Amino acid sequence: MYCLIAAESAIFSIFVVAYLFYTGKSLTGPQPRDVLRVPVFFTICLLSSSLTIHFAVKSLERGKARAFALWWLLTIVLGSLFLAGTAQEWHHLIYEEGLTIQTNLFGTTYYSLVGLHAFHVTVGLLALASVSAFAVLGHVKKEHAGRVEVLSMYWHFVDAVWVVVFIVVYLIGR
Amino acid sequence: MSAGPIVLRETGTVRAPLVETLHQWVTTVDHKRLGILYIVYALIFLILGGIEATIMRIQLIRPLNDFVSPQVFNRMFTMHGTTMIFFVAMPLVFGFGNYLVPLMIGARDMAFPRLNAFSFWMTAFGGLLLYFSFIGGDGLYGAGNAPDVGWFAYAPLTSQTFSPGHSTDFWTLALLVSGFGSIGTAINLATTIVCMRCPGMTLGKMPLLAWMNLVMSGLVILAVSPLSAAQIMLMVDRYLGGHFFDTQAGGSAVLWMHFFWVFGHPEVYVLVIPAFAFASEIIPVFSRKAIFGYPVMVAATVGIGFISMSVWAHHMFAVGMTSNSNTFFVLSTMAIAVPTGIKIFNWLGTMWGGKILFKVPMLFCIAFLFQFLIAGLTGIMQGAAPFDWQLTASYFVVAHFHYVIVGGILFTIFAAFYYWFPKASGRMYSESLGRLHFWLFVIGFHLTFDFMHVPGVLGMPRRIYTYEPGRGWDIWNVIITIGAFFQAAGILVFLYNLLWSYFHGEIAGSDPWDAWTLEWTTTSPPPGYNFATVPEVQSRRPLWDLKHPEDPDWKYE
Amino acid sequence: MKASGRTTSRALFAYLGAAVAAFAQPASGAWSPTNIFAPDSTPADTIFGLSIFVLAVTGAIFAVVFTLLAYAIVKFRKRAGDDDREPAQIYGSTQVELAWTVIPVLIVVVLFLATARVIASVQNAARPRGAIEVTVIGHQFWWEYRYPDLKVVTANELHIPVSDSVHPAPTFLTLLSADTDHSFWVPRLAGKTDLIPNHPNSMWVDPHETGLFLGQCSQYCGVQHALMLLRVYVQPRDEFDRWIKQQSQPAPVSETASAGQRIFEATACVSCHTVAGTAAKGRFGPDLTHLMSRDTIASGALRNTADNLRRWIRNPAAIKPGCLMPAMGLSDPDLDAITAYMETLR
Repeated sequence: MYCLIAAESAIFSIFVVAYLFYTGKSLTGPQPRDVLRVPVFFTICLLSSSLTIHFAVKSLERGKARAFALWWLLTIVLGSLFLAGTAQEWHHLIYEEGLTIQTNLFGTTYYSLVGLHAFHVTVGLLALASVSAFAVLGHVKKEHAGRVEVLSMYWHFVDAVWVVVFIVVYLIGR
Repeated sequence: MSAGPIVLRETGTVRAPLVETLHQWVTTVDHKRLGILYIVYALIFLILGGIEATIMRIQLIRPLNDFVSPQVFNRMFTMHGTTMIFFVAMPLVFGFGNYLVPLMIGARDMAFPRLNAFSFWMTAFGGLLLYFSFIGGDGLYGAGNAPDVGWFAYAPLTSQTFSPGHSTDFWTLALLVSGFGSIGTAINLATTIVCMRCPGMTLGKMPLLAWMNLVMSGLVILAVSPLSAAQIMLMVDRYLGGHFFDTQAGGSAVLWMHFFWVFGHPEVYVLVIPAFAFASEIIPVFSRKAIFGYPVMVAATVGIGFISMSVWAHHMFAVGMTSNSNTFFVLSTMAIAVPTGIKIFNWLGTMWGGKILFKVPMLFCIAFLFQFLIAGLTGIMQGAAPFDWQLTASYFVVAHFHYVIVGGILFTIFAAFYYWFPKASGRMYSESLGRLHFWLFVIGFHLTFDFMHVPGVLGMPRRIYTYEPGRGWDIWNVIITIGAFFQAAGILVFLYNLLWSYFHGEIAGSDPWDAWTLEWTTTSPPPGYNFATVPEVQSRRPLWDLKHPEDPDWKYE
Repeated sequence: MKASGRTTSRALFAYLGAAVAAFAQPASGAWSPTNIFAPDSTPADTIFGLSIFVLAVTGAIFAVVFTLLAYAIVKFRKRAGDDDREPAQIYGSTQVELAWTVIPVLIVVVLFLATARVIASVQNAARPRGAIEVTVIGHQFWWEYRYPDLKVVTANELHIPVSDSVHPAPTFLTLLSADTDHSFWVPRLAGKTDLIPNHPNSMWVDPHETGLFLGQCSQYCGVQHALMLLRVYVQPRDEFDRWIKQQSQPAPVSETASAGQRIFEATACVSCHTVAGTAAKGRFGPDLTHLMSRDTIASGALRNTADNLRRWIRNPAAIKPGCLMPAMGLSDPDLDAITAYMETLR
């Protein structure tokens, strides 16, 4: 998983570099400070989901399968809230501000970077959901704590990437 | 006193029906079989890439030739480069790594056997997708649509404006898919090496081949990803109307170059570091001496890995970067020459005072040493940026990188083939056919690539389907083309040798070379589980210790 | 750029320079008119000096290592009468390994410093007064030249004045591109510099001798990259001034060829080509105002004769398959008329 995270970090870095490089270089169209609203609530959701997944893993290590299932489910809920927030933000940007991936350099780099992240969140949620399904059926036990921890590393990575994207897009880029 | 090679009793096998054999091969997760699949796959694409090269060389044998149209020629150089790098060299390197690493570290398989199979089939599919382009899709420039944008596919030539139709998409998607396969293999190799060494084999005691595959895997993980990212961006530009490399919208063509070469330069180290690995295993055995300076070899390899991530823009000296940027990349490029040169000295030190046996693997390794020396020196010449302002994008650089990839990497891969063929097949290859291959190929290689430096210096750019007479390039192109045919002959002899020896070679036994690493302790070919009992080692050369109990390595390490 | 310091190394470089000069030759081009070792302009000279130094150093390294390798292979081979004893196993030697690390590091430092100096001297050269300014715009697959101060627009054949130390007259080229990446490489005048859209570059040359200098596009730009040739005419100052004067005139108006002119203007030719002083103001293709003043057409691919011109207009793709000028499907009489019109554009 560490190796996979390294590879994914390299991919995200390239998108971040492109985003930073093109900051301020759009020739036309909406600029970041005109249209971006800082997604504080949804960021808190995603970052707290790191906390909840941590508690989930710890519970499973102590053999508390029910607590694990509940913390795990909460993680999924928080992650889904984050995705809903992204969807809401994009709806606003596309239909009310007229910013699409084709509009200008900002649009291209913004949707690509945030979209790549959202894609990784989605994949993560699917994986978490399948574990949830197993947990509900009672198949997840203490001896699976190691595997679940590996998956939680992926989730922490996705959150860490969001911290970077947040800083680059909503703080620096504006 | 030498106790001689280890001899194990062979077990008999019964032939299964063909369908069942095919099914086993297609569904295998055994690292040895996947290794062989990678290698056979690569050999097929070597022939395809070689045909593309031959077509180009015939077209260029005289000025204003019309053997093929410019459209076809441009597809040839694009496909030749893409094929050779992604579907010949990388599969060969991964194939050998897959086969050898678990055996050499005393493991029973790789860490993630199913991921291993998945990675192979992704790579295989990528190659098929690329070649499907010859018949698939549609476009502006006539029938058949292999990509014609060059293997580094510079923007904005790859935008929809200048490359309508789907040929560029075949390039992008084929490499994206096989890139994921490469990353999967790298993750597998790294995890295997870090987690699955046999008892007693600390990192400092594992064979250099394992170390080098570890560094290579790290490079793949960090370097192939940027290419994947850039290709996703290219697809966004081409199909979603994005502007990453759209210069009309303020985008930057140079950004593509940076992203591509951030991948492209470490990529060549991904290819050459395993070549170093083969040389580091083979030269000691045929010099009858331990490798000289193991710790420094490891340090140099790790150093090369790190520095290689910082030299990429030496491919861009003529692009118009600031003098400060150019100067920085001159420094990093020249710096990487130091650990690389050190290795040549270490191999020299290994041979020094030894008893050199000129078997076919060693012949190829010796040629490698001379050729890699020259390749490195022409690299330094181009590292001097102003000199590169003349040499880049000319036939000089084409000569340089073929010197590295063919003269360096392919030669050690041939050496590796001959060295480990007995292990994998259980039979010895024909020594005389091997020598014939060697001499044909060496003559052809030097005819082509030594003289190729000359047109570069005389002003011949690369990627041109024809050239004007009166530039002084004519005779050199003739010599270069003749060399290509010698090389083709050599390859044919090689393939024939492999096939013939597989069926008729004499039985090899488990340790035909009287070597010292763990793979020679098991049968030839090894059983599915590799080792009946997991080995335990005390030094870098466990078999040396067994054969020389009075003078084992662990006393000196 | 001269090597700093020791006289022995100067002697060595002189020797090597002579060896490489055997490779070089005067402008008449015994070996090649595009030989990088036959420089004729300060940037190319500077690069040449550095290249000699680098070749000397790498040559010395090659000689030493080659000798050691060859010696090892011969001396330490297993001989027929040898017993089976293994040789002494030597695992390393700190002194030796230190030596062969330190020496390469020193060599690298020296090479780096030499290179850094040359980079600065070429890239950061100051613009003297009276430099000729030319804007080069790369197209698929031809070269556009604009002299903004001198109000001249032409294509494919670049004229610049010769420069000597008494009256320096360097030419500064600003490099732009209208479509894909290209590269301007005239080896005897300078190293190559790319033309990249949305990324202006600049380079300079100051040729010491008059004559014709050849080169070609050196960054793959599409199907006809191979025949995007460069021709640089270095002229004495007075000839150059006359050429400029002639090029700044509009096209001569001629009664007899107006039939061809009418066809030219009625067919789509004017959407791509400019003929100054007429209705033709297209910018996609080369400026044709003084087409007959050029030795070649089709960016160097064909000699500028009436026959070639007619062949080219009739079907450009027959000569340069994949080029962007379409065949307009003209009838023979129309072709004759247009060619005759072109012939008046001196």
